[in-house]
Amino acid sequence: MSVPASAYLLLSAALFTLGTVGVLVRRTALILFMSIELMLNAVNLAFVTLARMHGNLDGQLAVFFVLVVAAVEVVVGLSILVHIFRSRDTVDVDEVDLLRG
Amino acid sequence: MGAHAIPWIVALPLAGAVVNGLWGGRLGRRGVSRVACLSVLGAFVVSAAAARDLAGGRASAAVVHLFEWVAVADFRVSASLQWDPLSALLALLVTGVGFLIHVYSTGYMAGDPDYGRYFAVLNLFVASMLVLVLGANLLVLFVGWELVGLCSYLLIGFWFERPAAAAAGRKAFVVNRVGDAAFVLGILSTWALLGTLEFREIARLVGDGGGALRGHPALVAAALLLFAGAVGKSAQLPLYVWLPDAMEGPTPVSALIHAATMVTAGVFLVGRLWPLFEAASPVLGAVVAPVGAATALFAATVATVQYDMKRVLAYSTISQLGYMFLALGVGAGSAAFFHLTTHAFFKALLFLAAGSVMHALHGQIDLRHLGGLCRAMPVTFLAFAVGALSLAGLPPLSGFWSKEEILHAARLHAVGLWAVALVTSFVTAYYITRAAVLAFLGEPGSFHAHEAPPAMAWPTVALAVLAAFGGFLGAGWAAVPLVAFLQPVFGAHEKLAPPGAVDVGLAVGVAACGTLVGWWTHRGRREVRLGRLRDVLAAQWGLEALYDLAVVRPARALSGWLYHRVDSNVVDRAASAVAEAVVRASGTVRTWQTGNVRQYAAGVLAGAVVLFAYWVLR
Repeated sequence: MSVPASAYLLLSAALFTLGTVGVLVRRTALILFMSIELMLNAVNLAFVTLARMHGNLDGQLAVFFVLVVAAVEVVVGLSILVHIFRSRDTVDVDEVDLLRG
Repeated sequence: MGAHAIPWIVALPLAGAVVNGLWGGRLGRRGVSRVACLSVLGAFVVSAAAARDLAGGRASAAVVHLFEWVAVADFRVSASLQWDPLSALLALLVTGVGFLIHVYSTGYMAGDPDYGRYFAVLNLFVASMLVLVLGANLLVLFVGWELVGLCSYLLIGFWFERPAAAAAGRKAFVVNRVGDAAFVLGILSTWALLGTLEFREIARLVGDGGGALRGHPALVAAALLLFAGAVGKSAQLPLYVWLPDAMEGPTPVSALIHAATMVTAGVFLVGRLWPLFEAASPVLGAVVAPVGAATALFAATVATVQYDMKRVLAYSTISQLGYMFLALGVGAGSAAFFHLTTHAFFKALLFLAAGSVMHALHGQIDLRHLGGLCRAMPVTFLAFAVGALSLAGLPPLSGFWSKEEILHAARLHAVGLWAVALVTSFVTAYYITRAAVLAFLGEPGSFHAHEAPPAMAWPTVALAVLAAFGGFLGAGWAAVPLVAFLQPVFGAHEKLAPPGAVDVGLAVGVAACGTLVGWWTHRGRREVRLGRLRDVLAAQWGLEALYDLAVVRPARALSGWLYHRVDSNVVDRAASAVAEAVVRASGTVRTWQTGNVRQYAAGVLAGAVVLFAYWVLR
């Protein structure tokens, strides 16, 4: 049996919403990162699905870029996170607001 | 020496100015003096060699093209230098007298902390003056004109920590701007009318009386405007007010700039544009000559009541410049330049002698407190006496020969002005004798004077020799070398009959009377009671007060009004209002910058939703 494309897209939308809500409601920086990863991969899923649907490789290609950028972003983000933790003893993003106007 | 050497005349002093200006502090006093004096001496040697070739007929007048300066449509001006008898004479004067005064300055300024700055500006002045006299077109001349004005300002205000000196520098600058504005308009009119600014082209277009352009209203207007520029620079009525105040500068500066060279730039301008002024026919006789004669008499009368010896000499300079303009006005161009030459000698000499007095008495120059200096300072006294008698016009000193030429030319062309000049001659002899008697004769005051050091004495002696015998350079009925030398400039038609015995007798008699009256009335350092007349003369016939009332006060009132009403209330308020608006606006916006990451994320989401909605619904 074949799963219809709409199911993939629905799953992608659900994952993206989950990630968005996670970014908005969680305060721990690590969870924030994971939520962002969730959003990125939801988009990846949509890309792949639509590429398959249209028989076009462009979407699959975009996924590679997203993966690379996500990996890099995690490297930079985690190192920032480590430094914040060292200097402030917390990873609660609500307490890191030095740039308040 | 060929024409290729001419640019060096300007380049050497300019290089000296640059070296002393940039590295004056590191060179030490000795180095600064060497650079300054040798660069001017080098320029003098080059000028002398080139002038000798010119006078000997081995070289002809030439224009040295340096580079194309302005090329806009058909307005083309080249940076070029002109070497002809007139510029040669002035270049020799500027570098020769300039060199002597540089040497003198090494003694006079020996104790000054700003030694390097002084010589840098003095060298710059020499270079600028040479640009002025060597320029081959009006625009190059104007560059030199403005540069000497700048140097004059810098040197009058050399001791700028003294408020009087700073104010005098400012006054000189502002008054000169009035003349310069007219000068610029004159240059533009010349361009509009003739389509060229090159002196040679101008001479070609309006030469021989101007042809079709003779007396053309536009030409007359241009000549008048250019003459107004000359009036400002040469301190003639009505723009003379800056020169007496210019005496606030160091005395060698007064000698070089405000007596011997820069102030003669106006005379030089008229001489340089001689064909143009001749073609603008009524200007010379109806404007230049009366202005010159009136200034000569006016300044001489004011000089009779001055107590500051340098101010006596300053008014005397104004008066003698008036003589030169009178000579130009009656068509005796070479007589004017002959007098310019001898005046440079004896007036520089008088200033240097006065400077030696100041140097010996720690700046004391008030005639009421001097006296009996001839015993302590014999060399200075003799030098001053030579200068004074030369200024008075007694033979065989140089001033006699040149003044006699002017008087003679004036009698032939304008008898009324001749009478004025003769009266001026009497007053001149009177006031300079008065100054000499009050300073050098009679009982000594309570001070210890000493003779000038060698660095100051030698240039004074050299100038005394020039002032005594310089007249034989161009004595009209002797060998006439100067007149013959200047003939290409002023034309051959200006041949005067030799003055008769009556002419000479009258001139000498008047001068001798003035000298005797001056000596008799002030012998034993007495002062003459003049009553109200003294007040009128000391107030410069009320002219200074008139300017104060008509120009200075209205200008101050207007500035005050503009400051309090317009600047404080309109300009400042507008600026403050803008600043306050920005502060208020940013106070609102800054609250949006919470520093909370999740709020930013929500903002991004909201933006994305809005964009998406727009995309879908449009």
